[in-house]
Amino acid sequence: MGLKRLVLLMGLISMVGMIAIACSDDKDNADGDTAVVAAAGARLNMVKDRGNLICAGRTDLPGFGFLDANGANSGFDIDLCKAVAAAIFGDASKLEVIPITAAERGPTIQAGEVDLLSRNVTWTSTRDAQWGNFTTVMFYDGQGFMVPTSKGFTSALDLDGATVCVTSGTTTELNVADFFRQHNMNLNTVVFEDSASVYGAYEEGRCDATTSDKSQLAAIRSGFANPGAHMILPETISKEPLTPAVAHGDDQWFDLVKTVMYTLINAEELGVTQANVDAMRSSDNIIIRRMLGTEGEFGQSTLGLSPTFAVDVIKAVGNYGEVYDRYMGPQGVSFTLPRGDNELWSNGGVIYAPPLK
Amino acid sequence: MRLLWHSDIPLWHDARVLRATAQIVSVIIVVSIVVFAASNVLSAAHDRNLSLGFGFLSEEAGFPIAESVVDYDEAKSFRYAFYAGIMNTLKVALIGIVAATALGVVLGVARISTNWLVSKAAGLYIEIFRNIPLLIQLFFWYFGVFLLLPAVENAIKWPGPIYISNRGVFAVWASPTSTFGPWLLFLLGGLILAVIARFALVRVQALTGKHAYTTIIPLVIFSLISLLGWFLVGDTPLAQETPVLGRFNFVGGIRFTPEFAALLLGLVIYTASFIAEIVRSGIQAVEKGQVEASRALGLTEFQTLRAVVIPQSMRIIIPPLISQYLNLTKNSSLALTIGYPDLFGVGRIIINQAGRAIPVFALIMAAYLAMSLTYAAIGNLYNHHVRFVGR
Amino acid sequence: MMTTNPDTILPPQTDAGAIGWVKTNLMNSWYNALFTVVMLVVGILFLQMAIGWAVFSADWSAVTSNLKLFAVGQYPQEELWRVGVVLFMLSSLLGVTWGVWGGVARTFALVAIGGAVAMVILPLSMDDLSIEGRLWIGANAGFIAAGYYLVQTIGGAITPKRVIWAWLSSFFIAMVLIRGFQGLPLLPLVGTNQWGGLLLTFNLALVGIVACFPLGVLLALGRRSNLPVISLFSIMFIELVRGVPLITLLFMTQVILPLLLPESIQVDRVLRAFLAITLFSAAYMAENVRGGLQAVSNSQVEAAKALGLSGRHTMVFIVLPQALKAVIPAIVGQFIALFKDTTLVVVVGLLDIVGIGKSIVLGNVEWVSTQREVYLFIAATFWVFTYSMSYASRKLENALGVKRH
Repeated sequence: MGLKRLVLLMGLISMVGMIAIACSDDKDNADGDTAVVAAAGARLNMVKDRGNLICAGRTDLPGFGFLDANGANSGFDIDLCKAVAAAIFGDASKLEVIPITAAERGPTIQAGEVDLLSRNVTWTSTRDAQWGNFTTVMFYDGQGFMVPTSKGFTSALDLDGATVCVTSGTTTELNVADFFRQHNMNLNTVVFEDSASVYGAYEEGRCDATTSDKSQLAAIRSGFANPGAHMILPETISKEPLTPAVAHGDDQWFDLVKTVMYTLINAEELGVTQANVDAMRSSDNIIIRRMLGTEGEFGQSTLGLSPTFAVDVIKAVGNYGEVYDRYMGPQGVSFTLPRGDNELWSNGGVIYAPPLK
Repeated sequence: MRLLWHSDIPLWHDARVLRATAQIVSVIIVVSIVVFAASNVLSAAHDRNLSLGFGFLSEEAGFPIAESVVDYDEAKSFRYAFYAGIMNTLKVALIGIVAATALGVVLGVARISTNWLVSKAAGLYIEIFRNIPLLIQLFFWYFGVFLLLPAVENAIKWPGPIYISNRGVFAVWASPTSTFGPWLLFLLGGLILAVIARFALVRVQALTGKHAYTTIIPLVIFSLISLLGWFLVGDTPLAQETPVLGRFNFVGGIRFTPEFAALLLGLVIYTASFIAEIVRSGIQAVEKGQVEASRALGLTEFQTLRAVVIPQSMRIIIPPLISQYLNLTKNSSLALTIGYPDLFGVGRIIINQAGRAIPVFALIMAAYLAMSLTYAAIGNLYNHHVRFVGR
Repeated sequence: MMTTNPDTILPPQTDAGAIGWVKTNLMNSWYNALFTVVMLVVGILFLQMAIGWAVFSADWSAVTSNLKLFAVGQYPQEELWRVGVVLFMLSSLLGVTWGVWGGVARTFALVAIGGAVAMVILPLSMDDLSIEGRLWIGANAGFIAAGYYLVQTIGGAITPKRVIWAWLSSFFIAMVLIRGFQGLPLLPLVGTNQWGGLLLTFNLALVGIVACFPLGVLLALGRRSNLPVISLFSIMFIELVRGVPLITLLFMTQVILPLLLPESIQVDRVLRAFLAITLFSAAYMAENVRGGLQAVSNSQVEAAKALGLSGRHTMVFIVLPQALKAVIPAIVGQFIALFKDTTLVVVVGLLDIVGIGKSIVLGNVEWVSTQREVYLFIAATFWVFTYSMSYASRKLENALGVKRH
């Protein structure tokens, strides 16, 4: 009998506790306006309390997100995460990368499980409405097709009736369907959830072609047994602006990440590199001094960043061009891809960032 | 209520009070958990613009589906895409159930054969395929067998012709022509006549006691009438479609993609090992006396099996058999790992392209629940049908 | 002219000995004789082909070069000693179990010793399996023997009950050792995202088994409860979870669980997989236990009430032991199924042994055509463990006297 009383008492206490928790949550989110305002700064505080930045990325795409010889996360997208971590903590190693599949990108950022999604995500209007806030384009790309050279194709229009291997949950899936329908061609697809199976099946000959962003195709081709046996067809059938994304509902966090990205681009414009950033702190150029926090302000305190966060960022990963060249430049560790549209606007490309002032 | 106030039992010892309190407490606990979870979901939905309605189902899907029983293309709605996925699941499930049952029964009977070699071989099969997880078997069949077949240009050719390549198995098939309809009428007529003949012959056999060939004569009648109809309708009702190597693939004939073939093969081989055990234990559960009596009456081993043992073992075999069918259907959800667009795979694509996780998961769960409730209903119907009545 | 002595009768045809056995078992009728011939031909051809492929043309380097990945995934090299210590602990316990019980435990212990010794002398290159690794694995044989001799020398102090408690607590000790704590110098934290391979498979399976059993019993009792709310909730939960495939639950916990909790609570991905597997198995376990509860006759409950036992005592001491004993085959079958189901976590991106196999084969240029070898290896590994479990379960049933169809 004593046990039963104890159990009942515990039940009553837990019941009261549950109601209390539920009610407190309700109060916070009852009013729509207060919800948005209360959430501002919430993500940054959560990150600071936790002590590290959680980034969703990948570990299986050379150049963008892969594991180097020591098993550490590296790549273009990973370096963008490192930049944000360096901006907040001054230390790029305070970063945890969670590998996810293409199909999980949307649900992961929607659920707010990660602070930043940096995993070749194409910025589309639908995704902007549903998944989260897209910061700023860091890689302009387009979708293309890769085929075996032996088949003798010269153009994507030769692919009527072909079988194409695609990754599920991507814009490539939709684009290839649109392209074939537009040109009245018959399309057969084989769809897998993970890109490793897609390219494995393509290499086995299960499909006549595979399709993805051209940068991804170049990366994958470099990993094939015989890269020369495959070629990328000339057509670019879509615009693929690859953009890091954050969850909806936190304007401060959104602006913070954007500002870090702008810093990388402005640094290359102004000629600030990983090697010379310390010297540049006392440069003659006022704009450089302001960016590196030596004098003046351009909103760091409103965003919750330290005045010299730009120095930490550039020390950690370098400027935009250095990040690009590290993996995809002439001496890139993964492969070489000409910058093309990814040059600065002043050099004939499309990379442009607002001024930091 | 009178008793409550006038009893000598203190409130906290009274069983009725305790029961009522326990019920109220449990209600409150369950409700508060639900409220807690729901409020989190709603606040997340509000903050991050996740919509929870089902309106998106009429929007255009936009993505291709690798193979489909129904006529699907990218311009159709999400609802239609989901329907295509369900049809794909049913296709592999129904064919799989038939094939697995056939294989399982053969294996189960082989397992208790008096031939030591046959029985041990069946036992070996069962022990091997029962103990290896299904996912590994699927990977092995798909990545290790079907994808490693030769390319279409060098396809293996079997008589038929049947071509086997890593783009699939292409076989000669029959397609209906314009005269197919009238021929079906002939078939129907033949069937009716055969059934009437069988009833008549069975009656004759029962009345006269003489063997009246109750099976052969109706079959002959049916075949003769079908054959007659074939020639009488004019053009041949079924045209032969031979697969011919086109630019990318074979065109014509019937095609089994490697994804479908690997999924079907894996499911059938795996489930058959369980069905074999069920069949074996069902047959062994029939009393030995029955078998001995039938042998004493002069029935051969086959006749004993067919007329005495199997009908009695059905009662024990059918319920677990139906749960194995349900398992096969649920296991078909692994299809997305090898690229076959079943209901779950298509659902995942919809979640991604439409951006709505919760409504689509609700739909997926509802689809599987509907299937499992159907199987359960069939099982209950059978149990009710064969229950021991009386006493 | 031949004279046959009428008193000489030819001996009967042998029914004993090798020829007799062949006759009764292989050739006792024309179709059986046919089957035997066909099976022998097919069997020999198949064995020839399989062994020829396995020994001569198959490339096993994908397996031999990645033994560490298959075993423990991306567990940091310098912390591997903790896994080694856990293995020592389990080996000693196995030796003690052998000493106390004999029988099945003896078979397992001897097989384990044989396996450990085989790993030491396996003809692999030093890159694939270093001397250090071999010594760590071979030492387990010593620990098993040590456990056995400990029982022989001390004897009485080691009761079966204490051994069971030791096994249960070893599970928790192992988890603590493998996971470690943040900031602790000797046992730094090794996050669950670094667990992989067989280590992750066993973790998922064991946590699932340990957690789903009490939960399943509670659900079964809840289903039979007289309180309609609890009964309704239990029935709904069981029917809902049993009606959907496990892969659906895995994805749901990965995607929807973060929505169900407030943003500040982050749940580890491996924990989410644990949760899905546990809930799924608990529902099936509840059905098995319900069958057992139905098998206990009402007279037992009435007798207990007549003796004055309270409801709780009746349940714990009278009903449950009989119920559970009746459904041991089903329960162990459920555990085996759970172990096999852990392979599904590869679909949600966790690197258990199947995930490692897949990423090795598809991610590395040199091994991209060795799919068959890798999957056969993984299949064989699983088969060894699941067959051992079903063997042990059969012996357990015999020991407990449980009848099986």
